[in-house]
Amino acid sequence: MTADSRITATHRLDHFLARWGVDRMGHRVEPGLYSLGSPTPASPVFVSANYTLSFDALRSALTGHDGYILVLDTHGINVWCAAGKGTFGTDEVVGRIAATGLSSVVEHRTIILPQLGAAGVSAHEVLRRSGFRVTFGPVRARDLPAFLEAGAGTPEMRRVLFPFADRIVLAPMELVHAALPTAVAAVLLYLLAGPVAALGTLTAVLAGTVLFPALLPFIPTRDFSTKGLLLGGIVALPFAASLSGDPVLPGWANALLALAPLLLMPAVTAYLALNFTGSTPFTSRTGVKREIFRYVPVMAAMAVGGVVLILLLAAARMTGAI
Amino acid sequence: MFDSYRENTLRYHSERCFNCRRCTEVCPHGVFAAGDRFVECVRPEACMECGACALNCPVQAIEVESGVGCARAMIGAALRVKDMDSGVCGCGGDESSCCGGGQEEPSCCGDR
Repeated sequence: MTADSRITATHRLDHFLARWGVDRMGHRVEPGLYSLGSPTPASPVFVSANYTLSFDALRSALTGHDGYILVLDTHGINVWCAAGKGTFGTDEVVGRIAATGLSSVVEHRTIILPQLGAAGVSAHEVLRRSGFRVTFGPVRARDLPAFLEAGAGTPEMRRVLFPFADRIVLAPMELVHAALPTAVAAVLLYLLAGPVAALGTLTAVLAGTVLFPALLPFIPTRDFSTKGLLLGGIVALPFAASLSGDPVLPGWANALLALAPLLLMPAVTAYLALNFTGSTPFTSRTGVKREIFRYVPVMAAMAVGGVVLILLLAAARMTGAI
Repeated sequence: MFDSYRENTLRYHSERCFNCRRCTEVCPHGVFAAGDRFVECVRPEACMECGACALNCPVQAIEVESGVGCARAMIGAALRVKDMDSGVCGCGGDESSCCGGGQEEPSCCGDR
């Protein structure tokens, strides 16, 4: 099979749809060996996942280079996630080398893997079982030309970063995940407590899914839950102010009206923030588990408290108590 | 305060290390650094337990309980009354998942 380095409008549309979770598992490339440019038996071999975003990042980074791309079958999952699951793994590398007859295509015995594939691939096992030496390339495909030129990776190429652009492209997927429960909650709150409450729901969800990834490194504290509580608290303030400003109501009713968004909105934003851990390249399982045990009970208590308040206030209104 | 990530399951036995430096190559957080006779573990608190170092250490000088630090997957497992640690992330299944829809090169689940 052959590949080139061009990224066309069709590819960009595919990338866009992948980011929005449309046909989530369908963004696949046929696994196998691809020629890029005009490779010779001495040309390098690059290994990739059969996810279009991974494959396209690799082939476009290699503009002007000749070589081979060995695409593993990772079931349409990117390198990092597939390595975590083991599908971008030692067995698949060894099996794919054999299935494609790589040893008769190239005369050398080296394959270049993305660094983030190392969580699934044991280099010494691959060597023992296939005779191919594994070189781990840079984390980012775009550093490959510099890596090839230098023949080794620099410390900068070896570090995973999570800059604004990498964070914000994940927001659509976070939004899609949250869309259905958000719509249901917004409608319920509209009926119970009016348009401001419905708008508060949307705001809390947008804060957790879009603002949170955007501002991640700038929000104080390291725990995602506390970052989410802070962010949710800030976006709840205007709602607390606008809900509690009714001069006809007694002071205690206004205070309770202000308390409802201050309890509910941070809980929602913090829960979504905690769920973002899986999308980042730096949270350990031990830490995430600790966060869950520490903060999920707090979030649940806040959410229940907020809902009870809203129900009580709605009941008080209906019975004419306030 | 408010830092659940200071401790992790990374354990390094420097006496077994024969200085091949593979761990310094595979770690995306610079946890290990080259030393004279053996590799040094310089940023243990930055470890995200991906397991790349342990898997690629030919002499088992590194131990880590690797797993995906994804709250969505772990809470999902807990709600279905499964072991939270069984938590492979949901990406790849029909259900939605962590793994952030596949970051460019990383991804997720870190898709993660």
